Amino acid sequence: MTRTILVCCGTGCRANGSMDVSLALTAAVAAAAADANVCCVTETGCSGLCELGPLVRIMPDDIMYYRVRPFDAHEIIQKTVLAGEPIERLLFKDSSGNHVLHQADNPFYGHQKKIALRNVGIIDSRSIDEYIAHGGYSALARALEMTSDEIIREVEESGIRGRGGAGFPTGRKWRSAAVLESSPKYVICNGDEGDPGAFMDGSIMDGDPHSVLEGMMIGALAIGAEEGFLYIRDEYIQAVKSMKKAIRAAEKRGLLGESILGTNRKLYFSVVRGGGAFVCGESTALMSSIEGNVGEPRAKYIHSVEKGLWGCPTVINNVETWTNIPFIINAGGKKFAEIGTEGSTGTKVFALVGKVKYTGLVEVPMGITLRKLIFEIGGGIPNNRKFKAVQTGGPSGGCIPASLLDIPVDFDTLKEYGTMMGSGGMIVMDDHSCMVEFARYYVNFLCGESCGKCTPCREGLRHMQSILTNICSGYGREGDIELLEMIGSTMIDCSLCALGSSAPNPVLTTIRYFRDEYEAHIREHRCPAGVCKALTAFSVNHATCKGCMACNAVCPTRAIVRLNGGFPIITKSCDGCGSCRDVCRFNAIEAVKGGRV
Amino acid sequence: MNLNESDTEINEVIKAYPPERQNSLPIMQDLQKKFGYIPRNAFKKIGLYLSCSEAHLYSMATFYKALSLVPQGKHVIRLCDGTTCHIKGSVQLRDEITRLLGIRDGETTSDRLFSLQLVNCIGTCAIAPAILIDETYYGKLTPADLPAILNKYRKMEEEREKEIEKESGMENGEKNEKEEAS
Ligand code: SF4
Ligand code: SF4
Ligand code: FES
Repeated sequence: MTRTILVCCGTGCRANGSMDVSLALTAAVAAAAADANVCCVTETGCSGLCELGPLVRIMPDDIMYYRVRPFDAHEIIQKTVLAGEPIERLLFKDSSGNHVLHQADNPFYGHQKKIALRNVGIIDSRSIDEYIAHGGYSALARALEMTSDEIIREVEESGIRGRGGAGFPTGRKWRSAAVLESSPKYVICNGDEGDPGAFMDGSIMDGDPHSVLEGMMIGALAIGAEEGFLYIRDEYIQAVKSMKKAIRAAEKRGLLGESILGTNRKLYFSVVRGGGAFVCGESTALMSSIEGNVGEPRAKYIHSVEKGLWGCPTVINNVETWTNIPFIINAGGKKFAEIGTEGSTGTKVFALVGKVKYTGLVEVPMGITLRKLIFEIGGGIPNNRKFKAVQTGGPSGGCIPASLLDIPVDFDTLKEYGTMMGSGGMIVMDDHSCMVEFARYYVNFLCGESCGKCTPCREGLRHMQSILTNICSGYGREGDIELLEMIGSTMIDCSLCALGSSAPNPVLTTIRYFRDEYEAHIREHRCPAGVCKALTAFSVNHATCKGCMACNAVCPTRAIVRLNGGFPIITKSCDGCGSCRDVCRFNAIEAVKGGRV
Repeated sequence: MNLNESDTEINEVIKAYPPERQNSLPIMQDLQKKFGYIPRNAFKKIGLYLSCSEAHLYSMATFYKALSLVPQGKHVIRLCDGTTCHIKGSVQLRDEITRLLGIRDGETTSDRLFSLQLVNCIGTCAIAPAILIDETYYGKLTPADLPAILNKYRKMEEEREKEIEKESGMENGEKNEKEEAS
């Protein structure tokens, strides 16, 4: 039987050494070539479970291996590829200790439903032929035979809402651009994905670039555009390469250029590398950046669909939205609308990261509960710690506490609770995370990213920053919380762009759900989570300490010493980094009130 | 590093693009990649070529984090301080790099080998905390992993220098031979 070996080469697995694994497998295949059983090694995009990478999957048997090392290559070829036998030690072990052979039987994958990620991790992203063999560009062919109105009607019927942030209905956006008579018109793919903690767009562009192009092509046909831009952030080295290559391949096949598939429709796409400014994820700033200007947003008195790039009608959607389009055209808008909830149709890709056991990329139907996402798919919190909160929507979003774990994840519900979907980052936090410090972190981040054009955002952020820094370093005052709330609501009402008007969300939600933590900082000069260095000291609980000295090994300042049979922490040398507490398997290190204040 | 980037080298990068303003960012990014910063004399040239003011180009060069006005080291360490990396310990990594190399965010070592840049997210959150050195990602790092990683680059540089020495030695040798022959 001909077998294919899929080696995950998404950025996560790459960092874990998957390129070496791929090399070793290729060599092992060559060495075994005499044995006739032809097989090939395919380097794919991110298969999802980055935490346990490098991932290797053998098809068509669908045997999935985790944490593969180059020296496993020979055995994989000999045993699994040639003899069809699984290697136990490389398999996934479920919670009851059973070995899991197939991808779908792994709970991480079992609950997922893949539309946007349908090809990611399965095909060789560098090959247009593989994309076509998996049904790629059939939606484009179909769209070429549809009228603009018919295409848009499918998209409207699908109910899809923009995957990048606020969730504006995509069909409606397209419709308002299509009815305009003027030309030229543009389509843009927002691949800037500034949200730290979200990396799905990069993974899609890297792992299935043609699906993004195909979606954009269909969008261009629908609104009557002849030119498109993909704005991709500079740090996404792989994605930039992959998209550029895909555009060239599509041009060679006559899918892009003078004539799309022999019709008289013209279409040109190009890649623009972002300059590393978070605000450029905002649509007007992004367009200004493409035009060759400083990426500052402008007031949206007139929508981009009417006056966007160079003042022309422009439809801008994010990567995930574009990737969904070919599916919608092929399967029909109705089919898409059947998935998910009524107000939020389809699926959503999340980057499940932070203090969760199985970090990685997951795609699930809208409406799934947070609990299911974090505990069933993500495997819960590592080291049996307590779940504290999950942060969604990046710096524009907010935190959701444990009491709300059963709310469904969709655009409107998240908004109701003060946060948002954003591009889909889900950052899980355990009881070692301080919510005040966390709010400070975001505000600090946004302070550096605010373009400074409007006062509420520029000054508001600065004031929030200094208040939060004070609280974290023990100088919080009565009234600070109320002041933060006031500044926040002013910013929401008066900022020019979405960066400023959503910036207070992390602060306001943490106040809303974790007010007691703010109060502990301000009134008792205590950081309950033991994170704020100025308020925290660490001590070893000698009753539970087993003397393994794991803490000593990680302490960068060598503050833990062996003394009279115990392991006291020398407060003077302790830097308060908390590494010792994280590493102790016996929970023997406790954060106590103390520190510099 | 050669700090007097020649006009021809700069022109080469600029002329690779048609003279439209939309190419100002890519041109500067290419210069950044080639020289590790935007050389001062490049602004005038770009301005003339794209018919825009130098002030406009400066404002871009200071706005975008990917661009720098001062020379960067040979290897740029982009340390992710995105949310996930932050809660998983990027601060400890930052402190360790500062301890090991004596540089802070935005600084370059005196031998121009390394620069440190704190960035927002490098897209490998699932294996946080992560850093990106040039085009290589390193994930799930602890401060203890850093010395070995940095040393790898130091070694690379030493070897490269040795090679250059060898090559220049050979060239001299060849020259001598030629001279003797003539
Ligand atoms: S603190 Fe934990 S790891 Fe350290 S010696 Fe005590 S039990 Fe061991
Ligand atoms: S908190 Fe950090 S510095 Fe202090 S004893 Fe623990 S590991 Fe060492
Ligand atoms: S937050 Fe560090 S890689 Fe995304």
